[in-house]
Amino acid sequence: MSIRDESRPFLDVRDLKVHFATDDGVVKAVDGLSFSLERGQRLGIVGESGSGKSVSSMAIMGLHRRAQITGEIWLGGEQLVGADPEQVRRLRGRRMAMIFQDPLSALHPFYTVGQQIVEAYRLHHDVSKKVARKHAVDLLGRVGIPQPSSRVDDHPHNFSGGMRQRAMIAMALANDPDLLIADEPTTALDVTVQAQILDLILDLQAEFDSAVLLITHDLGVVAEVADDVLVMYAGRAVEHGPTSELFAAPAHPYTWGLLGSVPRFDGGTGRLVPIPGNPPSLLNPPPGCPFHPRCRYRELTGGRAETERPQLRAIGPAHSVACHLDDAQRRRIVSEEVPTWL
Amino acid sequence: MAVTQDQDQRPEVPDGGPLLRVSGLEKHFPVRRGLLQRQVGAVRAVDGLDFDVRRGETLSLVGESGCGKTTTGRLVTRLIEPTGGRVEFEGRDITHSSVRQLRPLRRDIAMVFQDPYSALNPRHTIGTIVAAPFRIQGIDPPGGIRSAVQELLSRVGLNPEHYNRYPHEFSGGQRQRIGIARTLALRPKLIVADEPVSALDVSIQAQVVNLLEDLQAELDLTYVLIAHDLSVVRHVSDRVAVMYLGKIVELGDRDAVYDRPMHPYTVALLSAVPRPDPRGRGQRRRILLTGDVPSPLNPPPACRFHTRCWKAQEVCRTQEPPLAELAPGHRVACHFPENEPSGADAARVSDRVTPATLR
Repeated sequence: MSIRDESRPFLDVRDLKVHFATDDGVVKAVDGLSFSLERGQRLGIVGESGSGKSVSSMAIMGLHRRAQITGEIWLGGEQLVGADPEQVRRLRGRRMAMIFQDPLSALHPFYTVGQQIVEAYRLHHDVSKKVARKHAVDLLGRVGIPQPSSRVDDHPHNFSGGMRQRAMIAMALANDPDLLIADEPTTALDVTVQAQILDLILDLQAEFDSAVLLITHDLGVVAEVADDVLVMYAGRAVEHGPTSELFAAPAHPYTWGLLGSVPRFDGGTGRLVPIPGNPPSLLNPPPGCPFHPRCRYRELTGGRAETERPQLRAIGPAHSVACHLDDAQRRRIVSEEVPTWL
Repeated sequence: MAVTQDQDQRPEVPDGGPLLRVSGLEKHFPVRRGLLQRQVGAVRAVDGLDFDVRRGETLSLVGESGCGKTTTGRLVTRLIEPTGGRVEFEGRDITHSSVRQLRPLRRDIAMVFQDPYSALNPRHTIGTIVAAPFRIQGIDPPGGIRSAVQELLSRVGLNPEHYNRYPHEFSGGQRQRIGIARTLALRPKLIVADEPVSALDVSIQAQVVNLLEDLQAELDLTYVLIAHDLSVVRHVSDRVAVMYLGKIVELGDRDAVYDRPMHPYTVALLSAVPRPDPRGRGQRRRILLTGDVPSPLNPPPACRFHTRCWKAQEVCRTQEPPLAELAPGHRVACHFPENEPSGADAARVSDRVTPATLR
């Protein structure tokens, strides 16, 4: 049985929680995440390791086995949380596909690249192997692999890192998905190859008018690719807004910390301002605002940071932040203390 | 500073010359095949490097995977032996020193590794790990090993009371601090840091970068930093060497290399770095290199970059460009450099074009 609601945005995630039961207790990897994404849009999710960005995308793809998932994930009007695994399997590959960070472990070493694309295509299309193979050659050509008609019979180990990433993108695109999730797609690549792959993702996205969810820790990559940015910390969104606004007027102390931690490429070689301390344990997240133990401004909230969990609230037409600082405090800090980025 | 020709006659005055001098450095790894394991070729990982490292500076080696930067780091620390060329530390030739001869050198040259998870023995306590250099070198620091280790731990920002804990109890950033504490134990003069922050989260990266900078100022350290993150490199370096397929293609002061790059590869590399500035999107000229880095097993002849270079001409395929000083302190190996200072033309032509090619 499937639940439908056509009025929703193309991808609509509401109060998503992904919890894992371990011997030490429940790990709340994602703890109340909401966002939506329309076709043709690119959303970047940034955060550090353990912030829950990958776990959320795996939950959308239905790839968790032993997780307790609650909340709502709507894709094209279909509710995926609690749906029949068979229903999700039919969507996976055809309507949504994923590009992983490490192509060498995402591609099967025994089968040729062509066989793997053919398999993905025939899973959703009733065509002969011959037709599927031709489709695979076309795709490899589209993602910029030279001599695709001969490279289609190569194994992944015959490809360089950048070519493997292209092959995986070809496989993800085999069924023309409406939603493409790219989880650190260029982290394992050199910078010149990274530029090629990001350009490729942008070109293909424009051509297929798909929605792209880009997960990364690299603020530079987000600034180059995403229309909107969602900043995650300890399993929750702490800030969400248009890319230009988020870099011009960042609103959350954690976002300030991230921006202050990255060396300016174009000169400014002043001292970096790191975020003190370490990311919190998800077994025992701090009470109140999960960022408060590392926040320089917690004193300004009159104790609310330690006791009350801040909710995401709008501070602009499309910009929202989960922080107890009031607008005047935030404006003063941004103008006086946060290193200007733009 | 350009490499001077009279390096062999240089008197053994440790304080005068550069801390480290590398000339013609080569490392070719043999490739063996078949039953008899005959050598059928060689990976030319490092293929003729010349550079000096000055006291107190940070020299960064940058380049993409396979360019030989890590091999270079392992050669100058003599973790591996060069197949050609020369490495001098404080005027001493250490190119082919034996393990026994190298032992005293290990106090002066130390290494920080990339992966803080595999660089620490999981069965040893932090105290044991940081004290290992003292034990190996048979040194009894004043006040005893325990207090020396605790002082080192607090210097790198760790709690000295964590002496008896094991590596798994620490986060990635803290482990990297433990590795740095161990590196500092014997007060080395030169630290070779191979991707010291690339395994760390952004906010932790900044902590470790600041720590390395503070330690350099306090302890008068010299760094050779091996890194691929060009923003971090710009932040910490005094000079930068750009490597491509086992060769240095450009070497100069940081700002010169970043603001006026001359080698087309450097230009392309810098243009490819994503900037955290959405306003520049689409306006910045980005040079997209096509294809991949060629195999170091069989590198292209003459200029190794010519297969991917948009300026390549016939001479690039036949004649290898020397690493020539085109601006003060700025050396470039290219026949058709970008951003060339005016007036350098004449010198360059006479420098490079031999009478044979003129005719």
